[in-house]
Amino acid sequence: MSDKIPVTVLTGYLGAGKTTLLNRILTQPHGKKFAVIVNEFGDIGIDNDLVVNADEEVFEMNNGCICCTVRGDLVRIIEGLMRRKGKFDAIIVETTGLADPAPVAQTFFMDENVGEKTKLDAVVTVADAKWLKERLKDAPEAKNQIAFADVILLNKTDLVTPEELRDVEARIRGINPYAVLHRTERSNVDINAVLGRNAFDLDRILEIEPQFLHGDDHHHHDHNHDHHHDHDHDHHHHDGMKHYHDEHMQSVALKTDKPLNPDKFFPWVQNLVATDGPSILRSKGILAFKDDPERFVFQGVHMILDGDHQRPWKDDEKRESRIVFIGRDLPEQKIREGFESCVA
Amino acid sequence: MTDRDGITSITDRVERIDAQGVVAILPLGSSHAFVLGEEAVLLLGKSGPQRIAVHDGGILDAAGDGKRIITGGDDGKVVAIAADGTTQTIATDEKRRWIDHVALGGDGSVAWSCGKTVSVHAKAGKGDKAGELRQRDMPSTPAGLAFLPKGFRLAVAHYNGVSLWFPNLAAEPEQLAWKGSHLGLTVSPDGRFIVTAMQEPQLHGWRIADARDMRMSGYTARVRSMSWTADGAFLATGGSEQVILWPFSGKDGPMGKQPKLLAPAASRVTVVACHPREPVIATGFSDGMVLLVRVDDGAEILVRAPGGGAVTALGWTAKGDVLAFGTEDEAGILPL
Repeated sequence: MSDKIPVTVLTGYLGAGKTTLLNRILTQPHGKKFAVIVNEFGDIGIDNDLVVNADEEVFEMNNGCICCTVRGDLVRIIEGLMRRKGKFDAIIVETTGLADPAPVAQTFFMDENVGEKTKLDAVVTVADAKWLKERLKDAPEAKNQIAFADVILLNKTDLVTPEELRDVEARIRGINPYAVLHRTERSNVDINAVLGRNAFDLDRILEIEPQFLHGDDHHHHDHNHDHHHDHDHDHHHHDGMKHYHDEHMQSVALKTDKPLNPDKFFPWVQNLVATDGPSILRSKGILAFKDDPERFVFQGVHMILDGDHQRPWKDDEKRESRIVFIGRDLPEQKIREGFESCVA
Repeated sequence: MTDRDGITSITDRVERIDAQGVVAILPLGSSHAFVLGEEAVLLLGKSGPQRIAVHDGGILDAAGDGKRIITGGDDGKVVAIAADGTTQTIATDEKRRWIDHVALGGDGSVAWSCGKTVSVHAKAGKGDKAGELRQRDMPSTPAGLAFLPKGFRLAVAHYNGVSLWFPNLAAEPEQLAWKGSHLGLTVSPDGRFIVTAMQEPQLHGWRIADARDMRMSGYTARVRSMSWTADGAFLATGGSEQVILWPFSGKDGPMGKQPKLLAPAASRVTVVACHPREPVIATGFSDGMVLLVRVDDGAEILVRAPGGGAVTALGWTAKGDVLAFGTEDEAGILPL
């Protein structure tokens, strides 16, 4: 199982620093060999032996679902790359600034051959600290990339003030509170922060907690923490972070300590992603079913769900069910009522 | 049903060939060529296997007509290999882009695709056009190429259908449309039908004369191997836990007819290769088993017992006197 080649997807709006990050990953002294799939129109050179040009062809699957799209070029390229198995340890896919990460991710679940040989490790989004706020207003792609991310590099932090930085972080958290966020300058980050994340591995769904509750995220540089800086009417968390709600992209997180009925839950969640799949970008859940000694975990992309029993509940572990959906204009009330109706 | 203990076995007649990572086996001269996944083609001559280096990297596709092998590589080259082992570079992409697919016509014409562009070297063109390079961009990146048996015409599979292109004419290619991603392509030996393997586990076919559609479904996996029986009566296919043969002898092809199902097994059929003269199909499975299956009554002979990785390639010599196979781990030949 573990001999599947891990694939990291790098997204981010134009000029955010994707290619800089890519070249940093490639040149760090890690002893790993990468196959790199890049878009043809990139103008920065890639410092790697095995570089393949992709053409970002997004194909619909013939299953009646408009959100079931795959990257046809990836199906072809990964099949070709597997002929050179042994020549590389991991694959990195750099998308264009305008790319939607969903078809890339779905390719790993929809194409049997790709799924057999490779596994999606994480979607890493590079965001420009100075310009992200503007892009969130005028570029739906930029918002998609933030919402979809497992790891976000908030880059070019040296070009903004601490206040601006906190503000843009709060914007990101208003869209995606679950991604791991790293502040960087010139995309300088430890390779382990972006590779080997296993973000789509069911065994790694250990907890579902908004990352900002853990404090002020992950630092790579010293920042001044001024907890008295803003006295406006935004909400405040205990760590002094502003709290924004994005108008269209948000997360819906639900939990219950009442055990769930699997015969109610599965039809409900399958129906939910079948009807609202186009607007649900990512979903994740840890579930406690009635009379079931094991934790059930699932994760999904649009209408594709992947779930399994993970391990027995520990004696000292609180048996509660948590689910989260990140998406566009999510029907929160409908989701909440549906989830509550699944209680055994 | 899947227990092969009782059937005739000729596994002791198999000769091992020192080759790994075989992706295609094609007839060449009186023998075989083993196309490897990387760099080289192995020719089986009288003086033993001869390794011919052809690409600086992976070999992405190969085609043969018995006299030559054409390969396309991730080094951007199209290379021809003759039966005596001499090689000739037919084309080099200046940006070193991948040569995804190649095809070889009955008259020796060579076609290849690189990105969205299909190129054809017309070997036996008419008059002063002979040898000219023709190029055409397709609506999306080609995923399969094949020459039609008659006339200088190329079929190209891509997203949402197939383009039929006369490279010697300026006219737009004729489109055979069917929504979805078409990944492999084969033309019936009589030139009446085109069949594609789709991203979904199903085939799509057209009767070329009137572009009539036919859907062939029921597979458990994407179909990655298709082979026409010697008489052209059936298209044998992998992609399921048995060989599925679609009848193409009538004027409507398989429309309204049931497929023939042979060699049911616990594992999936990965490769099929019909004998060039007899109604026999060499069948390779995902568990490494190789069977000879008779089309008429489904009788089976065991060539290689299950074990190791999946069968990746099967091929007959032009006369059909030797079968060759490759798995993920090893390779062999069976003289008959």
